[in-house]
Order: sequence, then C-alpha cells, then structure tokens
Amino acid sequence: MEINIRKRVLEKNETDADQNRAFFKEKNVFVLNMMSSPGSGKTETLCKTLVHLMPDIRVGVIVGDVCTTNDADRLSVTRAKVTQINTDQFGGDCHLAAHLIDASARQLGCDDLDLLIVENIGNLVCPAEFDIGEDARAVVLSVTEGEDKPLKYPLMFQVADIAILNKVDLLPYLEFDAALAVDNMKKVHPGMPVFEISAKTEQGFGPWLEWLRQRVKEKTAR
Amino acid sequence: MHEMGIAEQLVQIAMDAIPKDMDDPRVKILNLRIGKLASVVEHSLTFCFEIITKDTPLENVRLVIESVPVKIHCKSCHKEWETDSPMFKCPDCKEGEVEMISGREIEITSMELADD
Ligand SMILES: Nc1nc2c(ncn2[C@@H]2O[C@H](COP(=O)(O)OP(=O)(O)OP(=O)(O)O)[C@@H](O)[C@H]2O)c(=O)[nH]1
Ligand SMILES: [Mg+2]
Ligand SMILES: [Zn+2]
Repeated sequence: MEINIRKRVLEKNETDADQNRAFFKEKNVFVLNMMSSPGSGKTETLCKTLVHLMPDIRVGVIVGDVCTTNDADRLSVTRAKVTQINTDQFGGDCHLAAHLIDASARQLGCDDLDLLIVENIGNLVCPAEFDIGEDARAVVLSVTEGEDKPLKYPLMFQVADIAILNKVDLLPYLEFDAALAVDNMKKVHPGMPVFEISAKTEQGFGPWLEWLRQRVKEKTAR
Repeated sequence: MHEMGIAEQLVQIAMDAIPKDMDDPRVKILNLRIGKLASVVEHSLTFCFEIITKDTPLENVRLVIESVPVKIHCKSCHKEWETDSPMFKCPDCKEGEVEMISGREIEITSMELADD
C-alpha cells in the first residue's frame, strides 16, 4: 500500500522562523545572522564593531558557542546585552535552529534593542540550511582559509546577503589571493557586497559599519 | 553533518503518516527527494536510519532517494537553468542577481507499507 506524504523536513523550522520574524518586526529590531567556519573571526569582528555602534545603536548578541562561555565573556566587555544559547536535540550541535533563537531572544528581551546579532556555530554547512527569522545573513571568510571555500560551500555563500573577508592584516605574510577569493564569492553569488576587513586593526571597517548602520536605520525607522 | 537530526525528523513524519488502525504495520520503502545542495550525505543518512529504526515499523526500510538538481533563476533577465557546478552567474546577462529555485529540498514524498 502506497501512502502519499509530501512533507519537508524543515517545515517546522520555517514556521518557527516566520514567527521569529513577526516578533522581531513587532519589536522593531534588525536581526543579523553571522556565520563562518570555526575561527574566522566572528567574535573578534563583533567585539570591535559593537564599540563603534553603541550607544547610538542598542545591540544585543546571541552566541551559539555550545561548549564554553568564552565568546560570551569576550562580548560582555563591550557592554552589549549578551546571552548564550542553550541547545537541544534538533537544535544545535552544528547550527542554531529557529526555536532556540526564539527562546534566547525572549530571555534577552528585545524591547530596548535596535540590533540583534546572532553569532552562529562555526560551520559553513548546516547553518546555511536553517532560517532563524533574520533580516540579513553575513558570512565571514578569513584569509587563512582557502580561496576556494565559496566554491566548496556554495549554499552558504548563495544564501548570505553580504560577505566579510577578514584578517586582511595577514595578507602580506600569506600567499592568499584576495581578489580570487572575492571573485569566487561573486561566482556563487553575483552582486553580493564583500567587505574586506581586519578585525584586529579595524582596517576597512568604514563601509561595513556604514552598511550595518543603514540597514538598522531602515528597519527601526517606523 | 546533521543527518541524525534529519533522520529523526523523517522517521517522525513517516510514523505520523501510518494509519492508526493498522496492526503491526511495516514500512518497506520511503521515497525521498534530496537537493544536490542540501547538506545531506546519503550513506550517513542510511546509517542513521539503521540505528534509529531498530524495533520500529520502519526497521529495514529502504530509502529511495531522488536527487534534485540545482536550478537557478536570474532575477534580471528571467533565464532559468540547471547546473552541476557552483558557478551561479547568469550565462546570458552575466550580472543579474540570481536565486536558487531548487536543489535544497529535504522531503518525503511517499512511503510504501507491506500488505499485511
Ligand atoms: N591577525 C588577525 N587575527 C584575527 C583577526 N580576527 C580574529 N583573529 C583571531 O583569530 C582567532 C579566532 O577569532 P574568533 O573571533 O574567536 O573567531 P570565531 O569565528 O568567533 O570562532 P568560533 O566562535 O570558535 O567559531 C582569534 O585568535 C582572534 O584573535 C584579524 O582580523 N586578524
Ligand atoms: Mg566566536
Ligand atoms: Zn540574466
């Protein structure tokens, strides 16, 4: 006997993500989902970025570091509101699912926030699959990884709205071809803005901060 | 990388679809559609299934997987094409923003139950 089913596995997550989106809209908060491989510099980029944005923009961060509190501790120094995610079965060893973001966002409270940043779990595969109800997705690639990463993980670079090429301060010491890396990103995602920065020296921060401020302004001006 | 979670979800969906009035139901085949860009490795999924379906109506179920090609749509000139490489630049206008219209699926289409 054949039984028709036709159901998508991620249906539940998509419903949860839509609910998050409605919640964030009601709270007038812009949500950025930051993704990368482990160690590309998400936390470092955020630590430096938040200092420039606050207090004009009120920022909260949800950190998906599942094993330690290191990232949350580093970010707390910026005085942003920080909360660490608690994961569960279908929620999160390799990615953050929408229902976890819901719980954390409510715990954090979004009434007094303009910008909520989610530092996703270091992984270029799984987080790309899970909508969390964000307004924009950023993928961070560092110059200590390969130029071909965008071609190896096309889904991530395709679903991202912007890319950050981080650690450009190290370029003089490496054989990394930055132009090739950017070109590969644009093969996967034509027209995607790419910000070349160093979270260490803050080189190239201007356009990145400008983009973020603009997007927050568009969402919160209402 | 999260095949175990996906397997658990698939099993849940299949179990829910088994008619409640059947006694000793046996699911022989699960028909799945999986996009070429979905992060699912077929043999890992099969392996996870073997582990979690032990002593359930899905024990020894055969997974029949239809692999869904990656299809891209250009938002400026509206060309649509299939691709096997991760180069998504529009071959016609070369500059249009593109969107993926298939290739990310992870879904069950149907299942086959043993007749008695
Ligand atoms: N030279 C240099 N080092 C950097 C830069 N950004 C980050 N780092 C270093 O790279 C290492 C990893 O940075 P993190 O910010 O912890 O990276 P992450 O992406 O948050 O890592 P996970 O949360 O573990 O996935 C740290 O030792 C940083 O100090 C940069 O722009 N230049
Ligand atoms: Mg981190
Ligand atoms: Zn085109």
